[in-house]
Amino acid sequence: MLPVPLRVVEANARTYRRTWKGSVVTTFLSPVLFLAAMGLGLGSLVDRETGARALEGLAYISFLAPGLLAATTMQTGASESSWPVMAGIKWIKTFDAALATPVGVPDLVAGHLVWVAVRLLMTSVVLVVVIASFGAVSLADALLAVPAAVLTGMAFAAPVTAYTASTEQETRLSSLFRFAIIPMFLFSGTFFPASQLPDWLESVAYATPLWHGVELCRGAALGTDATLPVAAHASYLLAWVAVGWSLSVRSLRRRLLP
Amino acid sequence: MKSTHRAAEPVDEAGPGPQNESNDRALVEARGLTKRFGEFVAVDAINFSIRRGEAFGFLGPNGAGKTSTMRMIAAVSPVTEGRLEVFGTDPATHGAEIRARLGVVPQSDTLDTELTVFENVYIYGRYFGLPGEVLRPRISELLEFVQLAERGDSKVEPLSGGMKRRLTIARALVNEPDLLVLDEPTTGLDPQARHALWDRLYRLKQRGVTLIITTHYMDEAEQLCDRLVVMDQAKIVAEGSPTDLIARYSTREVVELRFPVGVQERIGDRLDGLATRSEVLPDRVLLYTDDGDRTTAEITRRELAPESTVVRRSTLEDVFLRLTGRTLVD
Ligand SMILES: Nc1ncnc2c1ncn2[C@@H]1O[C@H](COP(=O)(O)OP(=O)(O)O)[C@@H](O)[C@H]1O
Ligand SMILES: [Mg+2]
Repeated sequence: MLPVPLRVVEANARTYRRTWKGSVVTTFLSPVLFLAAMGLGLGSLVDRETGARALEGLAYISFLAPGLLAATTMQTGASESSWPVMAGIKWIKTFDAALATPVGVPDLVAGHLVWVAVRLLMTSVVLVVVIASFGAVSLADALLAVPAAVLTGMAFAAPVTAYTASTEQETRLSSLFRFAIIPMFLFSGTFFPASQLPDWLESVAYATPLWHGVELCRGAALGTDATLPVAAHASYLLAWVAVGWSLSVRSLRRRLLP
Repeated sequence: MKSTHRAAEPVDEAGPGPQNESNDRALVEARGLTKRFGEFVAVDAINFSIRRGEAFGFLGPNGAGKTSTMRMIAAVSPVTEGRLEVFGTDPATHGAEIRARLGVVPQSDTLDTELTVFENVYIYGRYFGLPGEVLRPRISELLEFVQLAERGDSKVEPLSGGMKRRLTIARALVNEPDLLVLDEPTTGLDPQARHALWDRLYRLKQRGVTLIITTHYMDEAEQLCDRLVVMDQAKIVAEGSPTDLIARYSTREVVELRFPVGVQERIGDRLDGLATRSEVLPDRVLLYTDDGDRTTAEITRRELAPESTVVRRSTLEDVFLRLTGRTLVD
């Protein structure tokens, strides 16, 4: 018999087969637009001016692409763990249905997060192909960033699951995106090096999981040295996964098995 | 199947006898079962035992603690205090094993509306670890059984309330459970849908499936339950078969009198001695009596001149209202 968490993964996959069309366009449209507008458009300015010196001769679109990969998996990881989790808890109650069977809360969380990892893997691979087709990075190099991108997405998926599980009002989900995810998207090194930020903001940026994800992806795809050793960035992200995972189990148990 | 109603005598602790719950061993056994949410007591030290093959009802007004009890039995809500055994094991330590043998129809549907009828049952069946080749024929059978065979490929969203309820029952049966727990299975359904559902439940009972049903419909309890408990404010206030309960808490017959406007208020003590018990409601007077005809004869003799007189058999509803009061609970 299939291990219990994998039964949850399978259920998610079957549901996704029915619903993927709704999300696929938005997932890929936004990075394509960013690559075109920022990478090509803005990039043509940056590369001509002082930016070229700051980026040490790297084309702006090449600098941008791995950052965008990390930022997109952040968004996928976070959104897969907000509205769908709220739907499972409250709107459609699929979690209640699963918990009436031998599935327990730890299985439910594991199944959900493993499924998100699968989704992140699929998303990253397609994104990497898009990036390569823009000529930003070669396909072979960009593929090296896929594990880092999946890890980045997971560093958001796990804590956002815990956040959603402990949130009663759905409006707080949009707040999460407005006040945490979007600012990180803009200021954590995706579009420009965090060193360009004012000092106080710079240290905030270094604390965000996204910055570590961007560093890892950029290092992997461009072969440049990341700011810290790879293991340091990866451990930081893994810590977010681990803490988020165990908080998810705790919050969901309290919420669904009162 | 037990066809006769039996009084609720406490079932003796089955000794260390044969394994696998022999017939006289309770399938569910609760002693001092208590559920608290913070300070609030939702279930207050209740005792009951449910035997294999019977249909057991929990009757009670909203907020009585029925759902809280069901959820503890279904191993999705930790017991606060007391002892609960389901299939002879403790839900706290054997939750997954218990749930593997249980079918659950929750109070509100938990169907995935984005999926089809078939997919809903299939995915649920996979949660039990059942392989596809077992599930496919079984699901066809189950959809046939709940009269949804032609709807297998339609989305759940547009189904009527009755169809969704029947689908939930089909889903609950996918693991061929030994015990089916139904929390208000027919609330919100129209009479046709309710009767269709009762018919399916009756067939399940005939096949030997043990049923636990909560309801606040007396006719439902009377139709389906071999034995039931009446819950009110977290406690069990009565226990027995429907006929037992009627015999114990009501009279054989009830005479319902309606008076012309303004007359009922002036009746005063002229009803005294007419019946074992009487109850004055805003729009009518109920006289509980063992001989309706004698009571009506006496009414005529006393020249009370009611506008209408109806003699009917006592029902579970009379018992219920007597035990839980007529105050509206929402
Ligand atoms: N999760 C919960 N937290 C706090 N109170 C609850 C919870 N679930 C139920 N209750 C309360 O417990 C009481 C019994 O509820 P319930 O078991 O649903 O009754 P019934 O099913 O008989 O209508 C109600 O007053 C209800 O508000
Ligand atoms: Mg209830």
